[in-house]
Order: sequence, then structure tokens, then C-alpha cells
Amino acid sequence: MSLPVRVGTLLVAFLAVVGGAIFVVIQYFLAGPVVVDYTAGVTPGAGQQVSIVLQEDPQNTVTNHPDWVSYFIQDPKTRQWVHTTLFRVPAGATVHVTILGYDGCTPLRNPFWGKVTGTVGNVEFVNGKPTSVLNSYATCSVGHTFSIPSINLNVPVASPTTLAANSNLCGTSPCTSGPHTTVTFSFKAPTTPGDYFWQCRIPCGLGYLDGFGGPMQTIGYMTGQMEVAS
Amino acid sequence: MAAESQAQVAGQGGPSHGRRILLIWLILAIAGDLLIWFALGPHLPPGNMTTTATEEQGAIKLMSVLSAPVLVLVLTYFVYAMIVWRRRDGDNEDGPPIHGSTRVQAAWIVGTTVIVLALAVFGTVSLWTSHGAGAGEGPAPIWNPPGAVSTASAQQTPWAPGKVLQVQVVAQQWRFTFRYPGLGGFETTELMLPEGQWVQFNVTSIDVIHSFWAYQLGVKADANPGVNNVAYTKPTQTGLITVRCAELCGLWHGAMFDYGKVVTLAQFQAWARASKTELASVTSLLPPYATTYDSTAIKQLGPVLQKLGLTGAGGGYYPPQDPAQP
Repeated sequence: MSLPVRVGTLLVAFLAVVGGAIFVVIQYFLAGPVVVDYTAGVTPGAGQQVSIVLQEDPQNTVTNHPDWVSYFIQDPKTRQWVHTTLFRVPAGATVHVTILGYDGCTPLRNPFWGKVTGTVGNVEFVNGKPTSVLNSYATCSVGHTFSIPSINLNVPVASPTTLAANSNLCGTSPCTSGPHTTVTFSFKAPTTPGDYFWQCRIPCGLGYLDGFGGPMQTIGYMTGQMEVAS
Repeated sequence: MAAESQAQVAGQGGPSHGRRILLIWLILAIAGDLLIWFALGPHLPPGNMTTTATEEQGAIKLMSVLSAPVLVLVLTYFVYAMIVWRRRDGDNEDGPPIHGSTRVQAAWIVGTTVIVLALAVFGTVSLWTSHGAGAGEGPAPIWNPPGAVSTASAQQTPWAPGKVLQVQVVAQQWRFTFRYPGLGGFETTELMLPEGQWVQFNVTSIDVIHSFWAYQLGVKADANPGVNNVAYTKPTQTGLITVRCAELCGLWHGAMFDYGKVVTLAQFQAWARASKTELASVTSLLPPYATTYDSTAIKQLGPVLQKLGLTGAGGGYYPPQDPAQP
């Protein structure tokens, strides 16, 4: 083999390795969902308050998994819905949460998670009505949950309850119209900075083993992280 | 001279070397074992908060005490050989050939065989007794404390001090919850146990495979869907408990942990009364107590979905083609 051929082969192999490394970095490390920042303009510490807005949709038409249920978070500056489940709040702040429940009902696997815990007053407000427990077995009342286990936060997110509403759910994400419930609650962000994972407790990964695959195991859909900033 | 040198190098025929090594080994082995038993032993995992933890710590101490002399023997010979039989200045001869010693080989084989067989007997007997109670032994454990019960109906008998406290561990992605069938059947995220009382953990899962690992209790039992895995322990001290999942169970497996407490009997009874009241609203929604739960065939699900005309699965949770792996 001549020298130019050997050099050329070596160069091609080297470029292939470098290209592969760049692909891995971009694909798996840099291509994750963005973090919606709710700390801008807010001084960390007790007494501070932020308001975050989320919606959960019966599908996800903005990704290559259109049949996956998904949360979206509203950017506080642009008011645009962002396909992500990562958000940042100040340490120690009171976090006021609004969740628009556009998805239909699914009974909880464990009815225990129908109880509201970890919120201010241990209540949520479903369309303005204070509620401490939702019975997803007796009626069609729960779509998903918003749970941060490490701070014992568990909020069952109410769903549209009627057959007519559940048959006419929003079909394009992010949803801007269609039957939905509005759930509000407040909780205290931890004073210790760090990442706190949150999840939905309804096994809504239809098509996956026991419903707990796909969107339930993928950040950006039905689970994510709350970053508490110092 | 040459023969003596050979014998000394081989460490076989040189009685002075053999005795020296034996003496050094004996002193170090006894010192090491005493240190392990009395100094290191009380600090070995998993501590001594419960009967099972104490027995596990005892087993680790025993194995350490048995294995330390073997380690010390190897190291003693190694270091002795490096120092005594090292190459001296001006000595450029090859070392003498080493021949096998039937006596040494026999002693080594017999010694290690005796140790291994003794440990095998010890381990087997331990599993038949309370020593193995902290590991889940399935729905029918080999050893049971007096008063242990296996059926769901018996486990719901109201608990009183002196009886075995029934605690159901329900694993689910990614949190453990604890149900107390003998205390009204409430379910909670807090693991609270009374000091000085036998506890029966009935460990199960409602989704994938998990493992209930309560480190300080000396309890580690797999949590499998459809299986009631029973483990026992008896807390002997008050203190904090850390519970972790010890089976890779999905995205947030690493964050699946809980904390609990062993408290005095009076504190436990007060906590149980308060929890029963506080959780009454959600306790009434829980499915009837059972040793396992089939989360894909909960009978209440059908009517809710069928009423709304939303089911294509005959009232089941998932369509007939599910589950399907990606």
C-alpha cells in the first residue's frame, strides 16, 4: 500500500471517529429539552414568589412521537409554550402553579395518589374549587399527576369529566382550545439548591409495558426536573 | 551449605524459617482477629438497630475473623520472602528450583476446605433460623417469628403490642408506600416502626421489579409484581431508617428512596392514630387489602371507562395488543 493511500485511509478513519464523537455529543448531550427559567428578576429567598404555568396534552404533535402524551411549560417572557419538562425556580420561593389539563381521564394505578400533599394547605383548586382528594375510580376525574417525591408534593391533575368532553379533546399541541380543567396550587421550593425530579404517576405510556414506558420515562414528556437555583 | 540454602529458600525444610513465619503469622492473626471482633466489628454494616441487622453484622464479623488469618498468612509469607530471601549484593546465582511439598499442599487444601464447608453449613443453618429473616423469602418463609400470619384476612386483624406488626411495602415507580392493614389499612409514604416489636414486611410491586432495601433494619427484599415477599425484623433501638430501591427500575431509580423512623411504642401508637385520621379520606378509596395487587385488572376501572364509552379493551386498562415493547 502506497504512502498516500495509507495516509488517506488514516485520515478517513480519524474523521469518522471525530464525526461519531460529535454526533454523540450533539445527539445525546446537547439536544435535550431547554430549561424554562422562572428566576429572572426574582431575588432568591423566603418571601419570594414565582408563578409557573404548565399544560398536559393528550398527544404531542410537535415531536416525532405524536402519540405520546406530554407536558408543556409556558415561557414567562414570551408566553409561548415550550416543549420541555425542565424549569428553574429560586430556592425558598413560594411557587404558584397553574396546570391546564387538556388530557382525558385515566384511573390512577394506586388510588393513594389521589390525595393532595405537599401544597400550601394540602389543597389544590380545580376550576377554582378547593379539593384535597380526587377519586379517579368513582368518576372520570384525573388525567395525570404532578408529583415531586423528594418534597412529598403530589397533585392529581383533574381532567374533563364528561363523555362529550373526553370525545372532543384538543388534537394539536400545544393546546390552545378544547375541553380542559384548570388546576392551581402553591408549594414552597426547597431552600437547598439542586435538581428535584418530578413525574406523573398515571401510567399513561400507552403501548408500553404496563403503561410506564415511552413518555413516562423520557424527560420532556411526562417527567422532568425542577432546578432550584441559589 | 547449598542444600541448606535451597531448603531455606523453598521455605520447606528450614525449620527456623517455618517456625518464624508461623510465629509471626500467629501473632498477627490473633491481633487482627481481636481488632476485627472488638474494634472494627461494632462498626461493620448494617449496624445493630434490629435483630436482623445484628445477626447480619455478626455473620460479617465471623467471616472476617475466619478469612483474616488466611490473608495474613499469605501476606506474612510474601513479606518474609521479600526481606529474608531477597537478592544480596554480588549474588548472581539463579534461585534454586522449588519442589512441591505434599505436607504443605495437604494442609492448605484441608484448611481451606474446612473453612469453606464450615461457612456453607453456617450459611445454610442461618437461612433456616432468624438470621435469614431480613431477606425476602417469598410468601412462605422458612423461619417465622411466633405470631406471624400469611393470609390477607389474618394480617388485617387489629394490631396490639406484642403481636407481629404487619407492614405492606408497595413499590411503584419511583416511590415506596407503606400500608398498615392491622391499623385501619391506611397507606402512607412514611415508614414508622415501634421499638421492641416484631415487624412483618409484606413486599410487593404494582409495576416493575423493585427491591426494598432498608439498610439500618438489615432488610432487603425484592419487590415483584404479583408476589408477596415476606421479611421480618425486630427493631431494638430507635433511630432513622433509609430506604432505597436496590433494583434498576427505570429512569429515576437512583432517586427512589424514602426515610423512616424507629420510635418508642408510645410514639408509634400516637403516630398511627394521627395518620389513620389524617389519611381517612384517601384510605376509603384504596382497593381492599390484599397481599398482591393486579394493577392491570382492577375491577373498578371497567365501569368508569365504559360509562364514558372510552374503552376499547373490554373494561381493562390496556388495549388487547398491550403490553408491547418499543
